[in-house]
Amino acid sequence: MKKENFLWNSIKTGMLGGSIALFICLIGMTEVFSKRDVIEKVITLGQFVLLATSVMTGLIASRQTSQLVGENRSLHRLTAGLVAGLMTGVVLALFVLAGDKVNIRAVFLNATPGLYNILTFEKGVSGVWVLPVISAVSGLIGAAFLLLPQAAQKPLTQATLFLFFMALFSGLFRVVLINQGTNWEKIAKYLYGQTGVTSEGALIFFFAVVIISVLWSWRGQSVKTSVAHLPKGGKLTLRLLAFAAIGYVALGLPQVSGPFIAQVIVTVALFILMGLGLNITLGFAGLLDLGFVAFYAIGAYTVGLLTSYGPFGLQHISFWAAVPIAVLVAMAAGFVLGLPVLGVRGDYLAIATLGFGEIVRLLAGSDFLAKYFGGPQGVIGIQKPCLGVLEPFVKIDVPRVCNGIELGKPQDIYYVAVAAALLIAFVAWRLRESRLGRAWMAIREDEDVAEALGVNLIQTKLLAYMLGAAMAGLGGAIFATLIGSIFASSMQLIVSINVVSLIIVGGMGSIPGVIVGAIALIGLPELLREVSEFRYLLYGMTLIIMMLSKPEGLWPSQAAKRELHHVEASTEAEL
Amino acid sequence: MAPILTAKKVTKRFGGLVAVNTVDFEIPDKSIVSIIGPNGAGKTTFFNCITGFGKADEGEIAFEGMPIQRLRPDQISRLGISRTYQNIRLFAEMTALENILVGQHIFLNSSWLSAVLGTPRVRKEEKMALDEAQRLLDFVGLKGQGDLLARNLPYGAQRRLEIARALATKPKLLLLDEPSAGMNPRESEDLTAFIRRLRDEIGITILLIEHHMRVVMGISEQITVLDYGEKIAEGTPKEIQSNPRVIEAYLGRGAATEGMATAHERHSKKAG
Repeated sequence: MKKENFLWNSIKTGMLGGSIALFICLIGMTEVFSKRDVIEKVITLGQFVLLATSVMTGLIASRQTSQLVGENRSLHRLTAGLVAGLMTGVVLALFVLAGDKVNIRAVFLNATPGLYNILTFEKGVSGVWVLPVISAVSGLIGAAFLLLPQAAQKPLTQATLFLFFMALFSGLFRVVLINQGTNWEKIAKYLYGQTGVTSEGALIFFFAVVIISVLWSWRGQSVKTSVAHLPKGGKLTLRLLAFAAIGYVALGLPQVSGPFIAQVIVTVALFILMGLGLNITLGFAGLLDLGFVAFYAIGAYTVGLLTSYGPFGLQHISFWAAVPIAVLVAMAAGFVLGLPVLGVRGDYLAIATLGFGEIVRLLAGSDFLAKYFGGPQGVIGIQKPCLGVLEPFVKIDVPRVCNGIELGKPQDIYYVAVAAALLIAFVAWRLRESRLGRAWMAIREDEDVAEALGVNLIQTKLLAYMLGAAMAGLGGAIFATLIGSIFASSMQLIVSINVVSLIIVGGMGSIPGVIVGAIALIGLPELLREVSEFRYLLYGMTLIIMMLSKPEGLWPSQAAKRELHHVEASTEAEL
Repeated sequence: MAPILTAKKVTKRFGGLVAVNTVDFEIPDKSIVSIIGPNGAGKTTFFNCITGFGKADEGEIAFEGMPIQRLRPDQISRLGISRTYQNIRLFAEMTALENILVGQHIFLNSSWLSAVLGTPRVRKEEKMALDEAQRLLDFVGLKGQGDLLARNLPYGAQRRLEIARALATKPKLLLLDEPSAGMNPRESEDLTAFIRRLRDEIGITILLIEHHMRVVMGISEQITVLDYGEKIAEGTPKEIQSNPRVIEAYLGRGAATEGMATAHERHSKKAG
């Protein structure tokens, strides 16, 4: 590569980075994110995103020059980063100058004076030069990062990501720490400010991770081998300890996190339930169902109608008695939907089920059936579960008195949801390892061959539908009692799409994958209220990146893993 | 010997094309029978008619005296007909062992509820199925490769796994669609011996579609020749080799018998 060539390349890369930064500004992200700090009084989330763009641009520009040779190689690479970062800043600066002269708000709603203020660091047009300078420095940092040895790159990346993560979810961690008692409260206030980490906290987090990372790369391998050489009992103890720790956090979290976060975790648990259900139809049997929310709705409405004190309540039976009925009704709905559409394959099946989901939502919310389902007003006054001795069998009077423990708060329902999720995960796991599970996977792989081997397609597919539907129905039932009222408008197509996405992100057919996917796609965005406006943008980006870089999912199913171990073991044996 | 499979006047059309045209066909019990013919002669289509993949438009197919042309593939499989595929069709994302276990599907009776509850009966059944799958894996020479994903097996192993999966259904009649495709002479020799073992040791009747003339002539007790969907000849390997209509179909008029095998191989190479 010639020298002038590489400069021109860096300029192009920088302009590309600038365009991305401009896009982030114009969709309003910068302004919204500026209300959040990453490090208090040092850098806001909005600035962080822009600077991260500059750093990445510098890094990419520098990487493009990697085939340059000669004495000045390092210098060239640094220059490339600097130029690229500078160009990113220049694009934004030009935008500010243009915006100052011409009003472009008619087209770009987010091109506000507020945004210009942020981009010029509150200095007005006269301060327009600040951004290119900072951006150029960021580009230089990105390029310099590449010149560091590998051993240094890893801890720095990990520390930066960890710091970002701690800052992003500062709300969660802060509340949890404060609820631990006064001593912890002091620590919390030392580490966390109102909306981000403090400067001291940032340094502590950053260097803690750097030290741990360095120590791990130094001693980690020997720890790993000593764990691998533990006797069987020792390994089991370690595993049990890990499970106990996860269980302690999972069960204790809603108690210390306050109602808002508890509600988020319950939502995650409900999506796990739905995910496990769809994982049977989609992950195991390969039947793409885009109307899965229908079964959720059917479960919710069944519990609603059977237990509500409101005008549409039919029975006033207890929640515990209504749940099995809801599951059976959802299962029956799975059968009814299954019969006509199972002859349909692949893409066509997706469209047919999409229709089913919409029909259920529209019928439940329609005026035509309003006298049964409440139409747009929905079903209200749904009972909370009550833990009492004879509770499941009692037909409850109005007004109802709970003689045991009323599970009224989201934190309480959370335990119901976790119990249900554990039960369903167990069922799904057993099914997967059974004759039926293998038949499902065979259908997913090649349904003609499966049929030629004696698998009854109709029966097997119907079972996949019915069992998946039953699990979604259970989720819906818990949802109904959690919210206390249900509306057809909450049963949108987007719920079905969320469930499909979380399965894909987690790893098709993988049970732990469903849990990881639900936390990543449902839990994290709920916790980041600032992000909510851009939720679907980030959502789409996540899906695209996942499909490109890790199509098997965050936690792939056992078969793929077993396979990897086998290959590793055999290559080790060969060595 | 009584025929295990009888086909009478079987016809299959795709639109205007008659892929199989009024073919009469019989397979004697415990025999090894081959169907040969140039590419596009309707051999695989005929296989599909037997296994229920594509229903015959006319005619009658009876297995052990029972008409099967209206049955679904899974029902036909339960009667004791199993097959392999010209282009290997394994369950790619499942392990070798799981592939064979799917083949045992029809012999396992546990309901989904008992599987969830993990009743002793289910566990016993699963254990037996797993042992049987291991035995089949050993039988086809894939010992110790049960945990590999089917798609990661080498080509020859995939072919053998497909046969093991077909054997798991305990077939009385096994249909092999070009089992020696892509094999070198040594491998096809092993295959020939293996097929013979299936018949001699387990007593499975074999119906074979094959392009390698060496395999066909060496192993078959009866050969049926299809051309443009019609049966043009039937007989022992010797009879077929000297049948003028067969030579004409393969080589064109006036060609010599000796050149048949080599010329045929050239022909199939050109086409595929």
